[in-house]
Parts: sequence; C-alpha cells; structure tokens
Amino acid sequence: MAFDRRRFIQASGAGAAALGFPSIVRSQSGPIRVGLMTVKTGPLASGGIDMERALVQYLKEHNYTMAGRKVDLFVGDSGGVPPQARTKIQELVERDKIQIMIGPLDTASALAVDDYIRQQHLLTLSVAAAEDMTQRKPNPWFTRGTSTSSQSAMPLADYCYKTLKYRRMVTLADDIAYGHEMCAGFQRVFEEAGGKIVQKMFPPLTVPDYGTYIAQLKRNVDGIFLGSAGSNGFRFYRQFNEYGLKGKIAVVGGMTAFDEAVLRNMGDEALGIITACWYSAEIENAINKHFAANFRVDWGYDPGFYAAATYVEAAVLDATLQKLKGKIEDKEAFMKTVRSIKVDTARGPVSFDRYGNVVGTVYIRKVERKDGRLVNRVIHTYPNVSQFWTYKPEAFLKNPVYSRDWPPAKNLEP
Amino acid sequence: MQYWIIQTLNSLALGGLLFLLAAGFSLIFGLMRIANLTHGSLYMLGAYVGVTVLRYVPDLWAAALVGGLVMAVLGGLMERFILRALAGNALGQVLVTLGISFIVADFCLVVWGGDPIPVPTPPALQRPLLVGGVAFPTYRLAVLLIAIVTAIALYLLMERTRIGAMIRAGVDDMQMARAVGIPVSRLFTMVFCLGAALAGAGGIIGGPIMSAYPGLDADMLPLALIVVMLGGVGSLLGAFVGSFLIGAVYTFGTALLPDLAYVILFLPMIVVIAFRPRGLFGRQSV
Repeated sequence: MAFDRRRFIQASGAGAAALGFPSIVRSQSGPIRVGLMTVKTGPLASGGIDMERALVQYLKEHNYTMAGRKVDLFVGDSGGVPPQARTKIQELVERDKIQIMIGPLDTASALAVDDYIRQQHLLTLSVAAAEDMTQRKPNPWFTRGTSTSSQSAMPLADYCYKTLKYRRMVTLADDIAYGHEMCAGFQRVFEEAGGKIVQKMFPPLTVPDYGTYIAQLKRNVDGIFLGSAGSNGFRFYRQFNEYGLKGKIAVVGGMTAFDEAVLRNMGDEALGIITACWYSAEIENAINKHFAANFRVDWGYDPGFYAAATYVEAAVLDATLQKLKGKIEDKEAFMKTVRSIKVDTARGPVSFDRYGNVVGTVYIRKVERKDGRLVNRVIHTYPNVSQFWTYKPEAFLKNPVYSRDWPPAKNLEP
Repeated sequence: MQYWIIQTLNSLALGGLLFLLAAGFSLIFGLMRIANLTHGSLYMLGAYVGVTVLRYVPDLWAAALVGGLVMAVLGGLMERFILRALAGNALGQVLVTLGISFIVADFCLVVWGGDPIPVPTPPALQRPLLVGGVAFPTYRLAVLLIAIVTAIALYLLMERTRIGAMIRAGVDDMQMARAVGIPVSRLFTMVFCLGAALAGAGGIIGGPIMSAYPGLDADMLPLALIVVMLGGVGSLLGAFVGSFLIGAVYTFGTALLPDLAYVILFLPMIVVIAFRPRGLFGRQSV
C-alpha cells in the first residue's frame, strides 16, 4: 500500500491527537509550575533565602492556589554565579517544566540568561535591576515588579536637593553595573536640579578595606550618596564611624544600602540615615501590615528588599492569572495582561509600562528605633515613579544607558 | 599633609592585618610545600567562632584566643587525617584544600546565616585618636601593634628555639633533616596547627575592621597568596616585609590611581616574580 498524502495526514493527525492533545488537557487542569531562581549559597545568600521565604509565605497564605489552580514551586540556586544561573534555569525549564520564572536575584545573572529567556519564551518576573532589559534592549518575556537600579535613586536626588537642601555631594558605590547605574541616575537628577557632585568613587565590590577611600573623602560637602549592595553599606558605614565622621557628613543611601537585612545587625550609629526604596517593612497598608507581621512571626526579623520582591511578584502573578482564569499556557495573552494590570501589593499599587518595568511608589525612609529594633520609617512618598522618572521615555532612551561615565561628571573637584 | 599621615597609618594598619593572615600561610607553605587553600576559610571560621564566643564573653582578646585554639585543633585534624594521606601529591592537596574551603563556606552560611555580623571594637579602643588634627581609629593602631608583637614572637620562636631550628632545617632540606633525626612528621602537624591558629586569631582580631560575613574567606585568601609570593615562601621576614609593602601599595595605589584598583595588588607581585622568582626573601633551596 502506498503511503500517500492522505494517509500521511491521517496518520500524523492521529499521532498529534495521541501525543499533543492530552498534554494540553493535562497542562490546563494540572498545577501551575512556578520556578524561583534565587541564591542560597555564597555572599548573596542572605537576600536569596529571604526571597524563598517570602514566596513560600505567599503561597501558604493562599493555600498554594492561584486562580483556582494548584501551584507547584521549584527552586534553583545559582550561588550568585551567572553561568550557574544559566544552567539552573535550563534545568528548571527542561526538567521541571516550569511555566514561569520568578528571579533571578542579581543583575549579572539576569543578563546571562537574557538570550535563553528569549529563546524559550520563558515568562519571567524579575527581581534583578539591570536597566537595559526594560529600556534599550527590552526583552518581550521579561517583567519587573521591583525597580531598575536608578528608579529609587532619582527621587532621592530630588529629595536631597529640594527638601534636605544639599548642594554639594559625593557618590560612592560598588564598582558593578548596579552601582554605576544608581549613581548615574542620582547624579543626573541632582545636577539638573542645580546641585554638584564633586567626587565619585567606585571601590571594587570585594574591597578588603574602606579606610583608604574614607581618607580621600572630601569633607566640605553636604552629604554622601551610598549606592552599595549586600554587606558593603554596613561595612562602609562602620568604618566611616571609626574615622570619626559620623555627624560631620550626612549619609543617604540607595535602595539596598541600609536594607532591613543590614539594619538588624546595626546599632544606634544607624539612627537618622535617610534612604530611598520602593519598599519598607513600615509601609502602612493592610497587605504589608499582614505580610510584615507574619514574616516577623515566622523568622524573627523584618522583611526587606528581597523578601518584598518575591511577595510582590507573587501578587502580580496571582492577579494576572485571575484575569486569565488561570490560563498560563497562552504566553502572548499572559504578557499582554501582566503589562496592563493594576495590582495592590505590599509595596502599594503597582502597574507596568510598555517596556515591562514597574510603575509604583518610591518611599523616602529614615532609620528610627521602634519596639527596640531599627526600622526604616517612611517620611515622604513619591507616587507613580517610573523607570524614566520625570523624563519623556523616548528622550530618555535616546541617551546612552546609565554607566560609570554617563552622564559625564562636570563638577568633579581634584 | 594630614591626608598623607592618615593614608600612611592606613597602610601600616592594613599591613599589620595582612601579616597576621599571611604568616601562618607562609610557614605552612614553606615547611610542607602545601598551598593551603583553606587558609582563608580558617580565617573566616576563626572570625565566626570568635563572634559566638563574644556573645557569652564580651572580650575580644579571649575570643581571639578561643578562635585560634579551635582553628589549631581543626588544622591539626585536617593535617593528620586528610593532608597526610596526600603527601607529595601537590595537585591532590590543592584540590582537597579547595574542596574543604567550599564545605567550610557553606557550613558557616548554615550556622551563622548570610548577614554580615559586626564584631564590636573593645570599648577602650573605640574613641578615634587625633593625629595631626585628624581622627584615626585607635583600634587600627592596636592591630598594627599586635602584628609587630606577633612578628617578634615568631622571630624568636624560629631563630632562638630548638623547635625553630628544626623547622628551619626542614624548610631548607627536608630529607637531610629527616636523616639527622628531626621528627619532621610531628613538626608538620605542629606547624600546621600554628599556622591555622594564626589565621583563626587573625580573623577575630581583624573582625572590628572587616566584620564576619560570607565571602570573607574568598576575599582574604588571594591577599595571603600575594603577600607570600612577593615576600618569598617560608620566610618570616618575607611575609613581614611583603605584608607592609602590599599594605602600602594598596592604600596609596587606590588613592592615587583609582582606576587601577583591581590590578594594583598583583602588579608588585608580578614584577618581583619576574625578576626574583623566589620572592624577595625566598630561600635558595625552596
């Protein structure tokens, strides 16, 4: 019998019915497979473990159900090493068949998996701050509910100039893309308002000792902007104190410099420090009060940047799935919906711009003591801050990406 | 002028800290030819053990003593039961010590968590010292002093005692030392314990400056390597001079040439090794 075209079509139709159809049925009624790409070993582990704790808390509070479907969580640990992040994500996608990824934590890992996300059309709710992934090289599968590096730094610059009346400032940040982008945003807004950045310093991320940088600090300034990540803000500030500079030069910090995770290991020396972030454990809304209180009961400390990040992303995912009636399989529809929703979360109301980046409130916070522990009390809010601050997106995107050298610093003093 | 005074003091203090770190590494490397890649881990573990001791006994010096002793025991066990089996197998030793350092890093993460833990400065040394009208942390000067005292003690041990003479003999020619009846095997364990103890105590003494945090091991190990390569393997004087040289190069280098912050530590090492492959004070026979 000849294997003609008709038979071929019949055969392949039957094959498709046998193989493809049941899998669609199964996946639509089966659990939603969520992957968390985090860091549980190495220097970044503190934040990464918080990411998992908060996400698990959200799922437990909702009985591991979103839009009527069960949720299965798969966790990958990259150790903060970009190539390992790439391997682990591949594992999550190809072995665990995750349908959406929350994470990764760090910018370098996000950049390392950018092309894989594009290739696999992997739905991503990112925590990492790399600017260009939602700016000049937007990834169509990438949505970020946290912020870009400079999204909180730009309002802080405005606050420093207008409210604190600072005119001359120094910036000091880790010598990585995150630090560069944050300082650049801060500098641009501060200088355009009329202030001057008279000194910029970028110590290596793993600098053994800040002493030599502190000795170089200009003393005739109003304040220092500290754009550090992990334990560096804490290490810098401790040494800053030992050189007797506390009270002589004011310190303001970016969104991770004096995070709740750092504060819980600090003492009275931190009182009064002003920072800007899209979150504080002290935000007064019902969702956050519930979240922070429960987190504190479970773990004995306040949730910070990283815990809030996954808790917010989970709320965004949940709201999107409600709209789609749980149909995560239609990726195009998912992306369209996630970028058009408005959700009330622990950080306040959030929505997304057409590049996939969050628009939300940025909080100016001040370290105070409350019930014996140090907290970031909210003293001022900037509502609806986008990654472009007050600039027009098109004009903003025509400039080069924020970096060590852009915008150029014209007011540096030798 | 003030600026230069402060930076000079900074470089001396950093040099002191580096010496506490590198002296043990140099001793072990010199006598046993083991590039002990757990040295950074011993330093970090010493800091963490010290942090725990400080919770019960608020005395930094007691914590340094305990941290040093615990590391000495740990180092001794490691030498006896693991490295001994790999004698003469340099590659095996490097891999095993590297492996142990990973285990120690994750052990610390599980026990002490991922957040940095501050080590309080002893109250008597908390007030900054005024040097030429500028404040300088008193504790850093104390670290410098401790390093100098340690250096003198080690010098006396090496040059004026019988054990020191045996260690020197072992460094110079191990087979001959064995042949004339020096118990080289026991010496090995002893030196390893001493080196580990120095690292552990260094970790907690450096604590008020560095804090204890995950990744401290990986930050410190390269510094120990650089100092020892520069100064010369197995030479106490080399470790001493190397530490202060690196302290100075690092402090002034990052201040004057900030863009070279990453290479500045390695530059002097490369130059010295190019012209003097044994390091500044390395012995001929090594």
